[in-house]
Amino acid sequence: MLRLHPYRYHRPKELGEALELLREHRGDSMPIAGGTDLMPNMKHGLYTPSHLVALKGVEELHVIEERDGELVIGAAETLTRVASDPLIKRRLPGLARAAEGIAHPMIRNIGTIGGNVCLDTRCTYYNQTYFWREALGFCLKKDGDVCYVVKGGSRCVAAHSADTPPMLMTLGATVDLATADGARSVPLTKFFTADGIWNTVREPDELVIRVRVPIPSPRLRTSYQKVRERKSVDFPLLGIALAVEIDDSHLIESISLVVAGLGAKPRVVGGLDKIAGGQRLTPDIIEEVARRAHRQCNPLDNLIVDTDWRHAMVAVYVRRAFEEVLGQPLAAA
Amino acid sequence: MKLEDFRGRQADSAASEEELREALEREFQVIGRRLRRTDGMSKSTGRTLYADDITLPGMLHAKILRSPHAHALIKSIDASAALELRGVHAVVTGADMPVPYGIIPWTRDEYPLCVDKVRYIGDGVAAVAAIDEDTANRALDSIEVEYEVLPHFLDPEEALERSDTPIHEPHKPGQNGNISKKVHLEFEDVEKGLADSDVVIEGEYYFEGTTHTPIEPHCAIGYFDPSGKLTVWSATQVPHYLHRELARVLELDVAKVRVIQPPVGGAFGGKSEPFDLEFCVAKLAMITARPVKILYTREEVFYAHRGRHPMLMHYKTGADRHGRIKAVDATTIIDGGAYSSFGLVTTYYSGQLITAPYQMESYRFDSTRVYTNKPCCGPKRGHGSVQPRFAIEVQLDKIAEALDIDPIELRRRNFIGTNTRTINELRITSNGFLQCLEEVERASAWKSKHRKLDYGRGVGVAGSCYISGTNYPIYPNDMPQSAVQLQVDRSGRVAVFAGASEIGQGSDSMLAYIVAEELGVPLDYIRILSADTDLTPVDLGAYSSRVTFMCGNACIDAARKIKKLVCEAVAEAWNCKAKSIMLAGGWAFKAEDTAQKMPISEAFNLAEAKFGALGATGSYNTPKDIHGTYRGGTIGSSPAFSFTAHVAEVDVDPETGFVEIHKIWIAHDCGRALNPLLVEGQMEGSVYMGAAEAIMEEHIFKETGLHNAPSLLDYKIPTSLDTPEMQSIIVESIDPEGPYGAKEAGEGPLHPSIPAIACAIYDAVGVRLDRLPFSPPRVWAAIRERGRQEEAGELSPWKSPPISVPLPATGD
Repeated sequence: MLRLHPYRYHRPKELGEALELLREHRGDSMPIAGGTDLMPNMKHGLYTPSHLVALKGVEELHVIEERDGELVIGAAETLTRVASDPLIKRRLPGLARAAEGIAHPMIRNIGTIGGNVCLDTRCTYYNQTYFWREALGFCLKKDGDVCYVVKGGSRCVAAHSADTPPMLMTLGATVDLATADGARSVPLTKFFTADGIWNTVREPDELVIRVRVPIPSPRLRTSYQKVRERKSVDFPLLGIALAVEIDDSHLIESISLVVAGLGAKPRVVGGLDKIAGGQRLTPDIIEEVARRAHRQCNPLDNLIVDTDWRHAMVAVYVRRAFEEVLGQPLAAA
Repeated sequence: MKLEDFRGRQADSAASEEELREALEREFQVIGRRLRRTDGMSKSTGRTLYADDITLPGMLHAKILRSPHAHALIKSIDASAALELRGVHAVVTGADMPVPYGIIPWTRDEYPLCVDKVRYIGDGVAAVAAIDEDTANRALDSIEVEYEVLPHFLDPEEALERSDTPIHEPHKPGQNGNISKKVHLEFEDVEKGLADSDVVIEGEYYFEGTTHTPIEPHCAIGYFDPSGKLTVWSATQVPHYLHRELARVLELDVAKVRVIQPPVGGAFGGKSEPFDLEFCVAKLAMITARPVKILYTREEVFYAHRGRHPMLMHYKTGADRHGRIKAVDATTIIDGGAYSSFGLVTTYYSGQLITAPYQMESYRFDSTRVYTNKPCCGPKRGHGSVQPRFAIEVQLDKIAEALDIDPIELRRRNFIGTNTRTINELRITSNGFLQCLEEVERASAWKSKHRKLDYGRGVGVAGSCYISGTNYPIYPNDMPQSAVQLQVDRSGRVAVFAGASEIGQGSDSMLAYIVAEELGVPLDYIRILSADTDLTPVDLGAYSSRVTFMCGNACIDAARKIKKLVCEAVAEAWNCKAKSIMLAGGWAFKAEDTAQKMPISEAFNLAEAKFGALGATGSYNTPKDIHGTYRGGTIGSSPAFSFTAHVAEVDVDPETGFVEIHKIWIAHDCGRALNPLLVEGQMEGSVYMGAAEAIMEEHIFKETGLHNAPSLLDYKIPTSLDTPEMQSIIVESIDPEGPYGAKEAGEGPLHPSIPAIACAIYDAVGVRLDRLPFSPPRVWAAIRERGRQEEAGELSPWKSPPISVPLPATGD
């Protein structure tokens, strides 16, 4: 089987200790929670830190509670928990559904929400063994300087492949980060960058502590559409999160649409307030939103699937997100 | 006597008298019952020991250095740095084993490690034995190989044209070294058949390559003892052929080589020939005098491959106005990958095996297997005939539509019959195909569905046949294809020594059922000792669906020899005729008076006292007069053919192209189901595998020749959620030569899946998918194309609703 490199596994009990370890070994350490993303990547030689700092035993990272008008979710909470927790299901049903669609039950049982938010970007030329990547010639995301997706490209376009961030972005979520030197908060919409090599603003010795989501208005309706080859296991070929605040007469108060699975950064579809804000939701408006999403999203050959089809699916699944939104009951107060 | 009672029962507390009276009424006591597999409990509780579970004292671990180039000459190999690493015990290269091997004796074109040339990315170049895997991996990194890179060909049509750069040296000067095998056969006058046809359908079909994906990766352990005897444990499905090839390549006396096949965790044809790891562990064990193990990574399993050949198939099929087939004209280009493997047979099979279950007045096929710089293709479940079956069955669907004949009715009209010969002279005996068609027609409510379901939902039908073993062994000889040796203990325990390979298909269980049936001993009194060349008589291996038919017959032969002795001894003790004695339920008893009985162990003891130690051998060989009388006519010939029909019902999402297989009805003529539970398991497993190839699997490559996705995350096979509902219907035609009338069930049921699904998609949305797989992008593109044609007035709408075309891909 594929072998792991030698590393030291630290099991801190407290957050301060974990952050201290990350600072002490900055540049040669990585945090690990469920490890469902990191372990296969280490077996492929994509990460070879000498120190792993385990987060599951850190009490502060385990919490799901309502606090000051927000739902607070600790970074080390498992995806199974996020998908099934009664509070999350009641307040943020769209997030629970997005979490429920990740990978398969065994992965969700150990994979965490913090890990999903920080999931490494994916690409057919990157998620391969060392032998494979060496035989091809290393790419610019790891060990090399060329891009095989965009010939001559100098920026990594590996795909953001996580399912919860697009939903969290439409919900206006914030991540709380900490290093040994202090803490900061970043809105999720500002958390991701368009650099596939390291697609977040998180520093290497910085931890995502928790995700905070404002309790939405009862009029907010959400949908997460995940396109994938199989009904389980797979990463998204396309992830579409829609949040629309509408009243009983379908008057749109706000609308937010995020498309992930394209490049390194989930794309917030722009200009929707102009066409939809304050209007009554009609088939024409849905069609216009779908058209804008289609125009703003251009899939690349970073995943193993036909790009024309993936592009066309943007519009199809935006429509389906609206169908789901209109068919679903209002969230409980 | 209930069979569950067999479990844990003592021989001397066996069936009650009432149960024995019931037994008299039945034709069989064990055969035909729904029984657990004999190895089911240990496998499902994780206690079965597979090859990788074997650890020997002092064992070393080896790794193979693989080529990063698709086609290159090896200029030099320098392993001196590797040998200096602490913990490295030996390095071998191609020069250490310069004897070519190959499963087919006429096409030996592989070396255990490449000698002067690499032919695909992943080809083995050197192997290192070290104290552990990490040390072996480090050693691989320090081996310097100098290559001279050659142009590489991934497309067989390009390779055909580029004879200036042969992947293999031509056999004779002037030949094209990129042609692996060419077969052209014609039966009756095809041109005339086409000219006389009322309808001629022409189509081009492409079957994408697929691989086996067994859960257990290949694994082998070599041990060379000081007396000069080599033992190799390997996850193989052909221990006998491996035995021969190890001795030949390593230049050892065959008598000093022992091959042991532990339980195998899935093979599906992917372990049916020798592989580099077996030679490497053997050679490294010989050099180091230590046991040596290699376990492939999943990536290496994809490189070892031997999966389904990609085939480009051009078919012309003619029929009269009643739908009767007048001519089939097939031209096929077969993408072989880097080596021959079973390719000679594949090339014949691509044409030989589609001449039943339908009668055809004339038939011609021209098949060319071409080398390309990709992992070598070989036999996968339904070897060589799954691809042409897709083409011919879809052709029939198109003919049925052109003639406005129901496709099931069209197949009925072309039924070839029983006890007949195909147009290429293959002998057909029992044939339950008509009943298979009727069963799926009825179970699926076909008549109320075909062309009658709403837009987006459809049904399709297809039929097929498959061999129950090949009539001739891979190396010519007149000895039996299968043999079994039985040994009886005084306790009543019966040991079955059989060369047959248990690869998950249930062959050990099958042998136990036969011994229990014949000798009347409880199942847990039977020990199956299989696939160990030091202990067991030869069986040619678990391939071509041959084991139940051939080893089953051999086992019956051996068991009946012992049964005869036991009945004679008991008859003598009771002073009655031997034919009055029955053996069942742990007893020997008198048929006329079931109160007169003795425990089976006592009966065995009587027989041993009278005749000496109780043991017997049995064997099976194929009849020799059933093949075609032309060159190549032996290939495809089988002692019995199985027959299958499928109806598939699918939902197609016209906006996305996703195909959801709602249900597949499978009727399979297996002759007789020795254990219906296992037959159904084989039918379902086959359908799963066929459906996977239909909608998902793509064994494809990047431009450089690198495998596109050598992992189980990216190489898509269906999860349980993607697997269709299935209904298996067993049809029993009772074959005259099979064991109790049985024929194969492990491969035949796969064949109709793919064309049935293709035809169901057509019925659903009116598009023909003549290229595999029917992945969402491909289905979506075909639906859009049809929509365009409908808008242009070239086609009328399919079923009622017009096709809505989603947003143009180019945006607005």
